[in-house]
Amino acid sequence: MGAGHAHKLYRPAHSPVHALPPHCKIAAVLCFVLAVVATPRTALWAFALYALLLAAVAAAARVPAGFLLKRLLIEVPFVAFAVLMPFVATGPRVHILGLSLSESGLWGAWNILAKGTLGVAASVLLAATTELRGLLLGLQRLRMPPLLVQIASFMIRYGDVIADELRRMRIARLSRGFEARGVRHWGVLAKSAGALFIRSYERGERVHLAMVSRGYTGTLPVPDAAPATGGQWSRAAALPAAALAVCLLGWTL
Amino acid sequence: MHVPDGFIDAPVSAAAGVLAAAAVAVSLRGARRELGGHRPDGPDLAPGAERTAPLAGLVAAFIFAVQMLNFPVAAGTSGHLLGGALAAILVGPYTGVLCVSVVLLMQGVLFADGGLTALGVNITDMAVVTVLVAYGIFRGLVKVLPRGRRAVTAAAFVAAAVSVPAAAVAFTGMYALGGTTDVPIGTVFAAMTGVHVLIGLGEAAITALTVGAVLAVRPDLVYGARGLAKPLELRTSPLAGPAAGREPSGEPADTPDAPRPVAARRSTRRVWLAGVAAALVCAGGVSYYASTSPDGLEKVAQDEGMDAKAEDHAAKDSPLADYSVKDIANPRISGGLAGVIGVGATLAVGTGVFVVVRRRRGAARDTAVADAATGDATQPRHTPESA
Repeated sequence: MGAGHAHKLYRPAHSPVHALPPHCKIAAVLCFVLAVVATPRTALWAFALYALLLAAVAAAARVPAGFLLKRLLIEVPFVAFAVLMPFVATGPRVHILGLSLSESGLWGAWNILAKGTLGVAASVLLAATTELRGLLLGLQRLRMPPLLVQIASFMIRYGDVIADELRRMRIARLSRGFEARGVRHWGVLAKSAGALFIRSYERGERVHLAMVSRGYTGTLPVPDAAPATGGQWSRAAALPAAALAVCLLGWTL
Repeated sequence: MHVPDGFIDAPVSAAAGVLAAAAVAVSLRGARRELGGHRPDGPDLAPGAERTAPLAGLVAAFIFAVQMLNFPVAAGTSGHLLGGALAAILVGPYTGVLCVSVVLLMQGVLFADGGLTALGVNITDMAVVTVLVAYGIFRGLVKVLPRGRRAVTAAAFVAAAVSVPAAAVAFTGMYALGGTTDVPIGTVFAAMTGVHVLIGLGEAAITALTVGAVLAVRPDLVYGARGLAKPLELRTSPLAGPAAGREPSGEPADTPDAPRPVAARRSTRRVWLAGVAAALVCAGGVSYYASTSPDGLEKVAQDEGMDAKAEDHAAKDSPLADYSVKDIANPRISGGLAGVIGVGATLAVGTGVFVVVRRRRGAARDTAVADAATGDATQPRHTPESA
């Protein structure tokens, strides 16, 4: 059981960022993103400062830049949307390289690109420096309902199992000479999805019975970790505090 | 389509977060009842709080996995299931909201797919609106259509087909309230709805096929079809003859009637609630649009659109209304089209409730007649057997 729980996004290391308690890190990332979102989009220098702050955290956590940049690719669909924006938005237009672009559309595209990228980068850093179980326990310590945390932990725990079942079904289909090429083959794939649902649900029933037979009554024991010290909180608060300062400067300047 | 940070401004994101948290809290209670266990012939088993976590967790894992199943469309492109409507029909609305929300939460925290501050927007849009609209339409159609497996599949198709554009409309509403760019709402509405009508058709086909596949194997697992299970019938073999002469042969006459009134009473209320919710969502989105329209010209066009809708609607069903949205990409008319969709949805649900009520009255009359008939037939009860 010990091997399967590390998710691919986690980069084990010993760094000051890894050592922080998870709930401090979650709260810090959330506050940081809030500050970024609240910053006026015309303060270009503020976003550069935010990026520098994240780069400093990444350096402290020993997360290589290539890893971080690769993970940013998840944002691509919205980048496409942002690129379209200067062409469809209304308002006064400017001419750049022979193209007539909307000024407010350009600002809007910049706004989405800058804030979205910073948000994704912060989330990636959080996932890269925190173990899965730590993340869930951190959410629970931040007063997320325990039942929700349990559901999420079951989902994470069995996500790979269910995905593997899907993979085995695909191999079974392939080994029988089936290859989905178009809409006509959706029936077969949908039957796989139906079978997957039945298997998942029945696995859930078996898991439940196995847990009940071991004394499960609806709550999982929470290992009582020592509460975070003031020093840890203040170290975790360094990032959002700096971001807040930048945000306030952005509004006043 | 996961909304990233910075796309919707902070106040609207916070409001959507509060809404999403409330919806998840309600779903946590409801899911205990839904997953508590169910016997087709009796009352639900004891409320199983301890069943909720494993079952909902595994269903969430299923949704997460099934989104990886690629459905080839044509020429190398492929799409995947979104799963909101499927979850609502297979495991019920509360569990559906819960599972899709958990999937979105984990995608946001772990995979950075969808911004952290936009989590409330994402959950409201993709979990709450999709599941509520899908389940409301599904229950309404299942009540109206004749009973049977094919009707459940057809209802799943329509529910999934409408739920995806409904989520797009909800997103447009949130964008109108708190969008951070100056793209006209009409353009956003036309683009989002147009694209999502197409996506919705694919989602509908896959959802209907999947629900059909589960129905064929384990019909008891399909939450939306629970009321439809036929009670077991005892048939005496003709070879056993009158000598066997057992009493149970009298029972099939009255058992099929037994579960029907119960199912009808429960689901009418749900249809009603879902209808009110859907009407509120539609009216909300449309009214925001009307209040943000800057010039009088658009308003006139909108009023005209509202007028034009009156003849349009009488003969048309909701999917057709969706088609017309896709064809007309003119932002000026789209306001009127929003009205068409809102009023059309309200009317459709209202008609559904009317039909259900009429059916119930019909059913009550039928059972009364049947009771009278069986009352008459009590004395010569054994005659059909001996014949």
